[in-house]
Amino acid sequence: MVELEDLDFAYRHGNFRLRVPHLAVAAGEKLAVVGPSGSGKTTLLNLIAGLETPQAGRVSVADRDIAAMPDDARRSYRARSIGFVFQDFALLDYLSAFENILYPYRIASGLRLDGEVRNRARLLAQACGIADRLERRPGALSRGEQQRVAICRALVTRPSLVLADEATGNLDPVNKAAILDLLFARADEAGAALLAVTHDHDLLPRFDRTVDFADFREDQA
Amino acid sequence: MNGFFLAFAYLRHHVGRSIVLVLVTALILFVPFATQIMLSASEERLTARAETTPLLLGRRGSALDLTMAALYFSDDRPTPVTMSEVETIWDSGLGIPIPLHFAFESGSFRIVGTSLDYFDFRELEIAEGRNLAVLGDATIGADIAAALGQGVGDTLVSSPENLFDLDGVYPLEMPIVGVLARTGTPDDSAIFVDVKTAWVIAGIGHGHADVIPEGSSGDVVAAAGIAQYQRITPDNIDTFHFHGDPADYPLSAVIVSPNDTRSATILLGRYLDPDGTVQMIEPAPVVQRLVDRIFRIKSVLDAVTFVIGIAALAAVGLAVFLSYLLRADEMATAVKLGARRGMVLRLLLSETLILLLLAGTIASAGVLAVSHQADVWVGWLAGFGV
Repeated sequence: MVELEDLDFAYRHGNFRLRVPHLAVAAGEKLAVVGPSGSGKTTLLNLIAGLETPQAGRVSVADRDIAAMPDDARRSYRARSIGFVFQDFALLDYLSAFENILYPYRIASGLRLDGEVRNRARLLAQACGIADRLERRPGALSRGEQQRVAICRALVTRPSLVLADEATGNLDPVNKAAILDLLFARADEAGAALLAVTHDHDLLPRFDRTVDFADFREDQA
Repeated sequence: MNGFFLAFAYLRHHVGRSIVLVLVTALILFVPFATQIMLSASEERLTARAETTPLLLGRRGSALDLTMAALYFSDDRPTPVTMSEVETIWDSGLGIPIPLHFAFESGSFRIVGTSLDYFDFRELEIAEGRNLAVLGDATIGADIAAALGQGVGDTLVSSPENLFDLDGVYPLEMPIVGVLARTGTPDDSAIFVDVKTAWVIAGIGHGHADVIPEGSSGDVVAAAGIAQYQRITPDNIDTFHFHGDPADYPLSAVIVSPNDTRSATILLGRYLDPDGTVQMIEPAPVVQRLVDRIFRIKSVLDAVTFVIGIAALAAVGLAVFLSYLLRADEMATAVKLGARRGMVLRLLLSETLILLLLAGTIASAGVLAVSHQADVWVGWLAGFGV
């Protein structure tokens, strides 16, 4: 599904450097990414999403080198194949929960918003327990409800890969477990691989595999 | 469509900010157009009246003051000429003189003493009642009727010139016999009386009780008990009489309607003498010079408006730009979710377009209202001496 080979990445400014000799995520696999702050976990997600380009090595998804894709194709790939769940949810305060879920269809190329998509969004919302909150704006929702909206938005495009950047970081233990259950269940339903950055070691046993980024990062002298 | 949907949702959510931006932009668009329309209407109004007044006779002095006083009943009171000037023009056979004496007021409205020729000359129509027929009658303009709520059957009283001059002009009560149809000209704000009535107000003519008491030896008795009439009625009208030589009676100005262009040229030539006490002018070029001067000032005003408009637009632009900066996180999220190339730009353009569209609609409605009502508003502003 996703494969990183001899990856070498450094930001233009600063002395951060990330080297990943090899990392593969199989279809439907649940992979936890742990590591200290600044170890490059979020950078890894950005590289897989095609938001950053490595200086050397290869990031491929379904045997296609993302760095070699034209910009439009990369955007289209992101919109179609990747579902993002952000730590701060990144919901838009001026849209209802329902319109937030449909947001990728409003902005992305190659995605067409129709009745079937709207229906899918409603079903997802129902599965996430927020069916009766769809007309509310994010400001009128609890943090747990906001996170559920963010998960619905990540899954509504039926992506093959879900990237969750500390998706449970801001939640209490009860909600953490509930959200993770939800994320796993919905990802399983969609047959999507899940790559989740987390600081919470209690949750690690629930993943298929864990990658510790402390092994990858190098600070340049 | 999605860009417009998101832009509209954003603007609706931040309704206060959006309304301010729309109104400010609408104002920036509206002001230059509205100013232009109002100025054009003012110019048309000024020049139209001047162009329909071929010649004007008055005391030598400022042609502009004479024109403004005689055509627009401005606050100026020109030094009067005498009735002999009217006779001279009649005798020349070159045109029809229309006397005007507008030295007095009733409240804040000008009393214009004239002849019936004035009504034909200005094409004034009676909307209610009848025209002047008897000494003391008054016909009022439409604006006065509306402002005072008065009409036929009511009365108006001329204002004394000086409250402390006991020997001066006494107020004359005048019955309103007619109301003129609205013309959108200064005539709407004038009280028309016969020129002789104006002279009665001036104290040149008056009526009083018999000064030769019944049964007396025929000697004229002058006593404080002799009543001077303050209203002209069918019972006392015969007692009204005028003192002095009619040729010396005062007139503020005389409108002259020449028979033809040749007659006009001859008449103008007769009053060219710079040492003469009377001048004959053509109001149209006088007003045109005034308008040209106003428009020279307007070009400065336009430049100021332009600079202010640019500054205001820059302020609006800054507000929009700051709003976009505040949305940097949203834009970053959109890119991560696979936003199309140019989607962010399209989103911002959609917002700007909606704002401009709303502002343009409001400004257009305002401009349309101004263009429909310009004549009325110019008349209203003129009424306030603006």
